[in-house]
Amino acid sequence: MSVEAREKRQPWILLSPALGAVALLLLIPLVFIVVYSFWLRSAVGPDTVGFHLDNWQRALTDPFYRYILLNTLKIAAITTFFCALLGYPAAYFITRSSGNKLILLLLLMLPFWISYIIRTMSWINILGSSGALNTALMSMGVISSPIQMLYNEATVILGLVHFLLPFMVLNIYVSLDGIDTNLEDAATSLGATRWQAFLQVTLPLSLPGLAAGGLLCFVLGAGTYITPLILGGPRDAMFANLVFEAIITQLNWPMGSALSLLLLIVLGALVAVYNRFLGMSQLTKGLG
Amino acid sequence: MDNTKRYERLLERYRNGDLDRRSFLGLIGAAGVAYGVQTPFARMAFAQDVTQVRFDGWGGVVSEAFRRHAFDPYTAATGINVVDGTFAGGDEYLAQVRSSREGEYNIAHLSGVFDYARYVNFGLDVELNLDNIPNMELVMDALTNAFRSITPDHLSAVPYNYGTTGLAYNRKFISDEEIREKGASILIDPAYEGKIGGWSDWRTRLWYAALQTGQSPNDIQDMEAAWDAIRAHRDLALKYWGSGAELMSLLAEEEIYVTEGWSGRIAALQEQGHDIGYYDAPNSFGWQECLFVIKGSPIEACEELLNFMLAPETSIAVAEGQNYPPALDGTKVDLGDKIPTLPAFDPTGTLEALTFADPVYWNGNEAEWSETFARVQRGF
Repeated sequence: MSVEAREKRQPWILLSPALGAVALLLLIPLVFIVVYSFWLRSAVGPDTVGFHLDNWQRALTDPFYRYILLNTLKIAAITTFFCALLGYPAAYFITRSSGNKLILLLLLMLPFWISYIIRTMSWINILGSSGALNTALMSMGVISSPIQMLYNEATVILGLVHFLLPFMVLNIYVSLDGIDTNLEDAATSLGATRWQAFLQVTLPLSLPGLAAGGLLCFVLGAGTYITPLILGGPRDAMFANLVFEAIITQLNWPMGSALSLLLLIVLGALVAVYNRFLGMSQLTKGLG
Repeated sequence: MDNTKRYERLLERYRNGDLDRRSFLGLIGAAGVAYGVQTPFARMAFAQDVTQVRFDGWGGVVSEAFRRHAFDPYTAATGINVVDGTFAGGDEYLAQVRSSREGEYNIAHLSGVFDYARYVNFGLDVELNLDNIPNMELVMDALTNAFRSITPDHLSAVPYNYGTTGLAYNRKFISDEEIREKGASILIDPAYEGKIGGWSDWRTRLWYAALQTGQSPNDIQDMEAAWDAIRAHRDLALKYWGSGAELMSLLAEEEIYVTEGWSGRIAALQEQGHDIGYYDAPNSFGWQECLFVIKGSPIEACEELLNFMLAPETSIAVAEGQNYPPALDGTKVDLGDKIPTLPAFDPTGTLEALTFADPVYWNGNEAEWSETFARVQRGF
């Protein structure tokens, strides 16, 4: 075998364990889900095997699924907006801090050491009728009886922001950290105020990081089901809750498969649009 | 699963003269080669088969009671380890069992006769040898007959306990008189808007909707009225709870004042000192729980565990721990002092005072109603 041929094969040999894992753990189960989505649920007993478009037809035409999907995208968008709003100043502060940058980054990563479910449930102890906030307000005489703050769409968004904020901060931080601070100094030396230098130099240069963080927050937010389950009221549900209910509660695996693929397609399309205009390299930078 | 070893069967045939020496040694040799090839897998299989049995239940005080009063003494007596897992709901657990390999799950503490029927429909049942479970004689016939109506020629489970899903209310805000006067309708009383809870289970929601609209839960004629009652409850409720722990937390923290609740969990709250009342309105949701042996399990080891668990001393201790009356017939066994005081207890051994879900009726409508409930819950 020639050296050239060997060199061509080498990357594939090195990649083969990872590709094997992806094929085994992602692609093959995905094929199973695709196949399942064309089966039909029978009233009792095993599902009806075959090629039926009924589940897809319902998933695409039923206003119920459309409503929940749009609501999910809305909640994910609001969450992403708040993550950006809160995350940018935090990332900027960490980037510009000189001595304690590592400690601040460590603090940012600290929530990941605690289970996501526990972190979500902690809001019950904070916002509940006998939670910390109500107790504090009552002891200060601000309110006479507890305010009902939990179990609505706002607390679902709050829980999601709590969960996703570190992802946003990290992505923006990576982007800001790569910007030469001399650029801002150069702008101010040419007559720009600090605010103008930020708006016209730093912010545009950090937009890829903001976009990468936004994409991550949006995709992760749109795919969650735990947060509405714990912090939502009876009506609050996201699309992943419908997938959960179809598969777990209704035992309708074929419909659940069609719904999960629909969500995958919608979010996949979003990633494709992002890739078309910004490229995936910024995303991997943020993750790394 | 046959627990006798292939070697023992071959040896018996050889000794009986049914197998010549050459064939006997040849088959033993072939078995040895096969074993050598699949040793790693065999180790895993034997670990599951001989030395341990997996049990899955509802968690919380129920699991604690099982561990202390049944599993640890059973392991001490037999050497078989009981690995216990928990689940939040029967639907979720059935999904797990369906997607698992045979033998991964062994015994489940299932709720309701309709669960028994569902497992049978999915071909997950086994045939228990009741001769290996002599304590079955102490169990109420009314409970066993419910299973026999589904599998007349065999049983895949033993009844273990029963209870009700009745009305649980905070006495600080709702009096005993008010709950008796309003019954199930208190769950759609606008006076308690934002302080009402409910189980997210579609069957329970429909059962209570039937009561609220004056219909028989096992024969709902006006479905639209029932769905409207669910909509009314949904709009007044603060939260649909999904587990016993969440139910207890919502009531104890006074997030909600009234909900339907599991009798044993409410008794546990009362034991903890919370002033929570419990009331079974007429036609309140009665249910029984069973210990179901799942297809692919080591049956003899499971039968031994079931018999051990049904022994009066174990059964009563578990019942006292989990606050649900045992399946044992009070006319045949002395149930002690505490059990007759538990909610839902029936001293007659006939259970005629309780209303159970008709498995044929509920399972027959499951596909349509569970899906409709998902829509109604979200505002449709």
